[in-house]
Amino acid sequence: MSGKHNLVKDDPKLNERRQRPPAVKVRRVTNLDLAIIGTLIAVLVYVYYRVEHVLVYNWDWGLVFEYVIRIDEETGDILPNLFLKGVAMTLRLAFWGTIIAAVIGIVMGLCRVSNNLFLKIGSRLYVELIRNIPPVVFIFVFYFFISSQIIPLLGLDRIEQTFSPGTLAVMEVLFGPTDLFTNFLAGLICLAVFEGAYITEIVRAGIQSIGKGQWEAARAIGLSRFRVLSDVIMPQALRTILPPLAGQFITLVKDSSIVSLISVQELTFLTQDVSNTTTHFFEAWMITAALYFMMCFPLAVLFQRFERFGLGMQRN
Amino acid sequence: MTDHAEKKNSDPSSQELLKFVNVGKWYGEFCALWDINLTVHAGERVVVCGPSGSGKSTMIRCVNQLESFEAGEILIDGVPVGSDPKSLQAIRRKVGMVFQNFNLFPHITVIQNLMLGPIRNLKVSKKEAEETAMHYLEKVRIAEQAKKYPSQLSGGQQQRVAIARSLCMHPDAMLFDEPTSALDPEMISGVLDIMVELAEGGMTMMVVTHEMGFAKQVADTMVFMDHGEIVEVAPPTEFFTNPKSSRTELFLSQILQH
Repeated sequence: MSGKHNLVKDDPKLNERRQRPPAVKVRRVTNLDLAIIGTLIAVLVYVYYRVEHVLVYNWDWGLVFEYVIRIDEETGDILPNLFLKGVAMTLRLAFWGTIIAAVIGIVMGLCRVSNNLFLKIGSRLYVELIRNIPPVVFIFVFYFFISSQIIPLLGLDRIEQTFSPGTLAVMEVLFGPTDLFTNFLAGLICLAVFEGAYITEIVRAGIQSIGKGQWEAARAIGLSRFRVLSDVIMPQALRTILPPLAGQFITLVKDSSIVSLISVQELTFLTQDVSNTTTHFFEAWMITAALYFMMCFPLAVLFQRFERFGLGMQRN
Repeated sequence: MTDHAEKKNSDPSSQELLKFVNVGKWYGEFCALWDINLTVHAGERVVVCGPSGSGKSTMIRCVNQLESFEAGEILIDGVPVGSDPKSLQAIRRKVGMVFQNFNLFPHITVIQNLMLGPIRNLKVSKKEAEETAMHYLEKVRIAEQAKKYPSQLSGGQQQRVAIARSLCMHPDAMLFDEPTSALDPEMISGVLDIMVELAEGGMTMMVVTHEMGFAKQVADTMVFMDHGEIVEVAPPTEFFTNPKSSRTELFLSQILQH
């Protein structure tokens, strides 16, 4: 109150007169934290005891590690083994799946907010069908439809006869072994169609989060519906949907494991092979868990950066 | 009650720019507008007032088809507004609109806000659009803010940008939907000054507002609405001193008592 009558911004004494009271110290680690940590340690010790002395599990990490990389006995070269081949396949699925799912999601998302009744009903049907059927069931139904009908129809089951060896070599990098191409393609389409439904809803929510006033102002200056969407609504919606979209792409990487059910030779499928061959289930699946984590965590960090950048641009 | 519109004191030879003929609008069973008849001549300034919910905003929003209506017709330059999208864009080119909440596009800069309409709708070059935009930004006295984003501006500045954005389309008429209602008190006069200048420049204007000082200063015609109807149409001198309807009298006594 003392400074009330001479509130001059460059008064040098102003801040002296308005001293902040000393901060109240807050304990960072509380008793509750200590109790939780203690319980956690006890549980870990108990699990270790069960595994070592009751289950008497015979750990053999060396054996399983050979399935990550192996050394060729004749040449001495270090070669990727099943785990890393699985990772490569999972990454291929994730990469192409993300692109296709994003395209499906944006197109269907626009259909969801369209004025055209047919597009509206069609996209709604797509989303509701996929969201209300378990992924495993969807994959089986859809896979047999694609692999038995669509792929032969497009002649994609004869690529080894149609393309030159050079093209096939490029395709091997992009899509994995060419003899398994149709299998990969079927898995990829299943995954993209499945994830696309969730992206559709994210896109729809993003578009609908933009206020009515923006639509009206854009229409009032005479923009066509297409231009309203492309110049005013979508650029703003994209910023809103970036975080959930990033989350969905990470989910896609993890969800790619369901296509192991239709024998696409990605990480989960090959881990089953390894654990069956070696009978060292713990080691095999723990390695796979670590590999999935190493794929997803950097993506999460990357998207977080991206998101901060996007918010910085928004200034709203 | 409905043919007051014809008794205006404006020049009868001037062109009828906007004409409402028996316009009616319903939200389901609720009648939002009933039997609206009003003619706005080129260069005329019409101020619309009335209690909230009386249909003022709905009426002017029907002009550029932000709202549809079920009965009657609205003629712009003698051409009825319809739902044909091609003619719709032409109408919106002719009639600019300023909103209560400014509705600037937050993701692009001030000058880009002004250039978007001309580039996309009038198909002018980027350079030409930029020149026009700067011209109008100077007119509303915020040229130095051109490269900023809308959220970096005060409410009053944002509303002036919104006015300039409409002017960039070279409209024949401007609609104002409570342009100062969302502003802090100290920001209002800056926006009203611009609107007065615009009026003095001969722009045809329909303004929904509670700023009676502004109305007295620029209006050629006052319109009072209540319950979705036009109750009274009169020149301001008559309207403020000798209102014919008791409803108008009551409304004026309520808003002018301070």
